Amino acid sequence: MAGNTGNVKVKIDNVRKVFNGRSGEMIALNGVSLDIKENEFVCVVGPSGCGKSTLLNIIAGLGEPTSGKVYVDDKEVVGPGTERGVVFQQYALFPWLTVRKNVEFGLKLKGLKKDEVSKICDKYIKMVDLEEFADSYPKELSGGMKQRVAIARAYAVSPEVLLMDEPFGALDAQTRTQLQSDLLDTWQKERKTCFFITHDVDEAIILAQRVVIMSARPGRIKEIVNIDIPYPRTQETKMSKEFLDLKNYIWGQVYQEYLEVRR
Amino acid sequence: MGKKQGSTNQKLDNIPSWFWVSISFLIALGLLKLLSILPSTSLVFASPEAIIRSFIKKAKDGTIWGHIGISLFRVFGGFAFGFILAVPVAFMMGWYKIFRNLVEPWIQFIRNIPPIAYIPLVIAGVGVGEKAKIVVIFVATFLVMVISIYQGVCNVDATLIKAAKVLGAKDRTIFFQVVIPASTPFILVGVRLGLSAALTTLVAAEMTGASKGLGMMVTSAGQYYDMATVLMGIIVIGIIGLTLEKIVKLLERRLTGWQETQVM
Repeated sequence: MAGNTGNVKVKIDNVRKVFNGRSGEMIALNGVSLDIKENEFVCVVGPSGCGKSTLLNIIAGLGEPTSGKVYVDDKEVVGPGTERGVVFQQYALFPWLTVRKNVEFGLKLKGLKKDEVSKICDKYIKMVDLEEFADSYPKELSGGMKQRVAIARAYAVSPEVLLMDEPFGALDAQTRTQLQSDLLDTWQKERKTCFFITHDVDEAIILAQRVVIMSARPGRIKEIVNIDIPYPRTQETKMSKEFLDLKNYIWGQVYQEYLEVRR
Repeated sequence: MGKKQGSTNQKLDNIPSWFWVSISFLIALGLLKLLSILPSTSLVFASPEAIIRSFIKKAKDGTIWGHIGISLFRVFGGFAFGFILAVPVAFMMGWYKIFRNLVEPWIQFIRNIPPIAYIPLVIAGVGVGEKAKIVVIFVATFLVMVISIYQGVCNVDATLIKAAKVLGAKDRTIFFQVVIPASTPFILVGVRLGLSAALTTLVAAEMTGASKGLGMMVTSAGQYYDMATVLMGIIVIGIIGLTLEKIVKLLERRLTGWQETQVM
């Protein structure tokens, strides 16, 4: 199993995060430890407010843990870095730049030569099948297309770790399914370590080698479930007994947490 | 009934806008003519012909161009200083919390005072010359612009800054390639409001004792009860305002056409 061998790429070591709000201290994360192996695909599920996004921000270097540390390749994370790409739920495309310029943004900052920049950019625009829209502005694209641009932009700077914060959460079911299978295709071609946050248990099982279930208040890891369904996974996979059993089990665990939060 | 209404609406939509503008203009002209004939209003409203005669006379002897020229000079002078100061102040307010907390209350307070109120202060400070007018217009435009640009800086989507960071951008790049373009729509709104405030303040500024200028022309014609010239001056100011707004709108379409929805 790819998930159980290989080097540790991302090490989350006893991370705790406390926010000081008006209503006092809020413990967003407490004692979160997780090793993510090289090229592994890990999905995180859990109720809203369990600190999933906070954890992703900390790995991305966009937020600091109150205590504990995150290491990528044994190096402590102290800020954002291009070896960690992020795809946000709200797409976060620069609306004043065309699709091409969005994808080139990070490449130009790397100080690559002009022809190299456009070569790499072409490659990733082709990967997400948006050649026709290379010179369009984000406002001219649908939600699914915008997210494909964001994925191309994240891939273009060739990160080793991809962090995705509910990237398909705002899309309709059909587009979501399409993007899931595109993402799996890409992941199988260009292996990267993926850390993927979602609300959707189906999505987590179809994508991940391991599903991390989180508890809320304070956010911590409740359970880690291995998904031993072989790739390539297709829509038929979702009909298999294996898939349905896992779905029942994980959904049950997550649902308990929802009830906890509502209480 | 409803269906018929719908088809009339459709027909109305097919009529080009220049047609409506022309009709609207002709109606306004007719109303003005009517007001100049009616006994109860004829003392205040000069007839369209009289207004045009007044313009032709002042155009022939060249005085109107002098008035327009000096007024535009004051408007652009005050506006330019206002803009040059408003941009950095607004960005500093957006960027540095301490600065914002100290400066924002002042701006909120001063902006509610009509510029006419501090004209005596300005005269005492810089006299009645060109400087006084430019200073008054400067203060008025600065306040309007700093507020709208500051709003723009505050409204920069935090996710865009995060996205730039994870793509390897440092502070400088974030400022020039994310914060500035993201605030451009608000800067242009500021420019539009600023120019309109400049024009509004113009008459007040020219009352500080001017020998030339559209505001002064209107005021002094009023003292001689020359209503044709008063109305002519008002219309010229209106045309200048409309032209400036059209220019800024053109600029907006050029620079901020990428927006999902146009900012008002």
